Amino acid sequence: MNSLIIAGLLLVLLGLSYQTGWSKGRGLATTAGSLNVHSRPQYHAARVAIWTLVPALVILVLWGLLGSNLTRGYLVSQIPADILLGLDQAGLDATIQRIGALASGYGVAGDVQPFEQSAADALRSFQTITFLAVIAAAAGLAILALLYARSRISPRLRARNHVERLVTAGLMLCSAIAILTTVGIMLSLVFEAIRFFSFISPVEFFFGTVWNPTFSSTGNNANYGQYGLLPLLTGTLWVATISSLVAVPIGLMTAIYLSQYAPSRVRAIVKPLIEILAGIPTIVYGFFALVTVGPFLKAMGASVGLSISATSALTAGLVMGIMIIPFISSLSDDILNQVPRAMRDGSYGLGATQSETIRQVLLPAALPGIVGAFLLAVSRAIGETMIVVLAAGNSPVLRGTPLEPISTITVSIVNQLTGDTDFTGPQSLVAFALGLTLFVMTLLLNIVALYIVRRFREQYE
Amino acid sequence: MTDPTAPARKQPSARTLQVRASLRRRHLSEQIFRIMGIVAICAALGFVALLFTDVLRKGIPAFHQATLHLDVTYDPALLEIDPIPVRAAGQSDADFRAQMLRWQRGIAMLNWNKVVEAAMRAATPAGFEIDTKSLLSIPETNARHVLREAFVADPSLMGQTRRFDLLASANADNWSKGNIDRTLGDAQQQLSPSARQLIDTFEANGTLTQDFAWGLFTNVDSRAAPASAGLAGAFMGSLYMMLVVICLSVPIGVASAIYLEEFAPKSRLTDLIEVNINNLAAVPSIVFGLLGAAVFINFFNLPRSAPLVGGLVLTLMTLPTIIIATRAALQGVSPALRQAALGLGASKTQMVFHHVLPVTFPSILTATIIGVAQALGETAPLLLIGMNAFVAAVPGSPVDQATALPVQIFLWQGNENRNFFEARTSAAIMVLLGLMILLNAIAIILRSRLEKRA
Repeated sequence: MNSLIIAGLLLVLLGLSYQTGWSKGRGLATTAGSLNVHSRPQYHAARVAIWTLVPALVILVLWGLLGSNLTRGYLVSQIPADILLGLDQAGLDATIQRIGALASGYGVAGDVQPFEQSAADALRSFQTITFLAVIAAAAGLAILALLYARSRISPRLRARNHVERLVTAGLMLCSAIAILTTVGIMLSLVFEAIRFFSFISPVEFFFGTVWNPTFSSTGNNANYGQYGLLPLLTGTLWVATISSLVAVPIGLMTAIYLSQYAPSRVRAIVKPLIEILAGIPTIVYGFFALVTVGPFLKAMGASVGLSISATSALTAGLVMGIMIIPFISSLSDDILNQVPRAMRDGSYGLGATQSETIRQVLLPAALPGIVGAFLLAVSRAIGETMIVVLAAGNSPVLRGTPLEPISTITVSIVNQLTGDTDFTGPQSLVAFALGLTLFVMTLLLNIVALYIVRRFREQYE
Repeated sequence: MTDPTAPARKQPSARTLQVRASLRRRHLSEQIFRIMGIVAICAALGFVALLFTDVLRKGIPAFHQATLHLDVTYDPALLEIDPIPVRAAGQSDADFRAQMLRWQRGIAMLNWNKVVEAAMRAATPAGFEIDTKSLLSIPETNARHVLREAFVADPSLMGQTRRFDLLASANADNWSKGNIDRTLGDAQQQLSPSARQLIDTFEANGTLTQDFAWGLFTNVDSRAAPASAGLAGAFMGSLYMMLVVICLSVPIGVASAIYLEEFAPKSRLTDLIEVNINNLAAVPSIVFGLLGAAVFINFFNLPRSAPLVGGLVLTLMTLPTIIIATRAALQGVSPALRQAALGLGASKTQMVFHHVLPVTFPSILTATIIGVAQALGETAPLLLIGMNAFVAAVPGSPVDQATALPVQIFLWQGNENRNFFEARTSAAIMVLLGLMILLNAIAIILRSRLEKRA
């Protein structure tokens, strides 16, 4: 009800102010001649509307922030002192809730005490009065501002410039959000990671070879467990390596065939089909790896006498490789197309076959770009979470073979942080130290990759 | 060779032979290279096909579910219920509600399983011996809630008989679909021999049929009654999140792209913002989840597990996509259009908003839909802000506890009843993929239509 009234008030103010500004601006054009007026009526209207709505909104927001505390203070003052003394915090909250229910007309179950009834009556009138006062204040201030803004309208008033300056400021604020996000990421990661390092020394974290965090519920404060990054790092690298071994040959050959050999009709069909792989949610890959690829690999291994775990670095890496095929193939495709035609034609002119041209001219020329694409794909693989959560086996042990279950940085972030948000112990704070490590790793990879790709583009432009 | 009138074929020189041999070798390697390319493409396409057929093969059976058709009698002898309270004059809302709740509590305290059992016994062929526990293992445990809620909604059912379609339990569903090895001994079977036999009898006489599983779409998640677990809650959670994402990321993303592309002076700061946005686009999604946990939940004290927070996190993730695409679209607008607008006396703001932006509308729309589709499938950041909580209700607002479609998939794949939930999970994946394909199809269609008009 109240919010409807407020919304109605704002709408009325908006309509009124816009109409006022518009008609006055319009009037200027007819009396002074449209050539002598600086701004068109709608800019006058928009300016007046902004002048009107901003003060009203400020009042309403202030009330929204402070109102509930004021009401509560008033309500507490209405409860007789002798009863108030007998109430603890929970009892006070319950009483306030009962009085609120009485005042709203909903009523309470059970008998109503006289002081509750009187407090509820007082509260009801207080709520009505304050609400009316706030509405009146907002409307009054808005009308004053409207009148002031209207009185300033003149043929020389640069209303358009005022409005446009405001619009530009709004646009700038929006683009600041991107910066704020990065700052937020950096601050939260660094701040919480520093808190983690006050429990566990960085040396222990970065060079430790055992990952064995104890649960925070054990209550044994001295023993936090061991937080060695190396088992997770090797797990991450295993998965990244395997996925590159899958994705780079397939992705690169796909890109080469599509950009050099395939007729345009085939290309138009195959390229989007392969890019479907990039759009599939990672949880789907994870499920696919867990229920199909893992058991398949295990059976394959058993048939040749190898013991492969169903959930292992191999399973996760293989499926992740499938996921990043389109990254490699579309980036390499772009890059191959950027190599100047003249180099290719020169090679053909010397009698080289198509594949010789590709292998000995095109690929060396495109190598930096392809390396950049590769690095981007690796950074993607390192940061990927759901596939490894489901299919890597969650076994944070330092291993020399990819056929066993492993764990990665991202898996441990998920394990340490889900279901626990009192960031007090190293058990949950370690997620931020891991996140920081991950962030720095991917950031470096990305910066290097983008730098290489950009240098490569400039070379042939 | 070039001269056909040469009197006699000369014996090819050693040099020619050498060249021919090397040519043969080179052409062979050309062929091999080409085949390698085709093999790579086939491998990639094969993975696409394998993934989809695997999901379809596993998921399609879950769209049909064993359903019992029972005549249920609300027998007053089994159910002792007071008449429904009538509101007395002058009674306050709260008092009436309390009385109503007492009545409903009384109903809930009754043993509705007796009604279920009676209905099952009535359907059982005469002379079939079965104990109560085995009998009640066939319908899903939520059958009693279904019957009770039907009664609360319509108390005049007392003493009457009505036909109900009740879900069979997960084990009964598995048995009737043949997912369980029938040759296994009794010790390894979830259902008792008589229950298994009764299911087969029911199937033969049409009491138990495989019906379309509407519950998958209309029910919320359930642990006590796995056969009735559905996607409605997760779907609404995802919907709220996507609304938040669209409402925030599109205006902010387009506005910042316009600022960076059209208004920003070329300075160190704008360079920094640009590099920053490119890097943000490549930050792993889980890092955004850490940001959400530390900033939105811990610092601003927003509610955990709420679609609002999930939407905010996904908005930050989607922003770079929209900004980059919008900037590319703005760069693509022909300078002639800008110069014509400026030449006719438009201000820079007017030029951008009246002339340049409308032209880029199709690209912005496409980028938005693609960004939203990406956000729809994202799981990892949501786990960190508590959206993997078990929620057995459809969220009524963006600040209620909720889960999301991909998170629901994550939760279901971890369920112990693998035999039943593997199919359910695949069905959920099909729903998710279907939504994403739909979104992308809309993007493609809208783009081609709008581009034609522009």
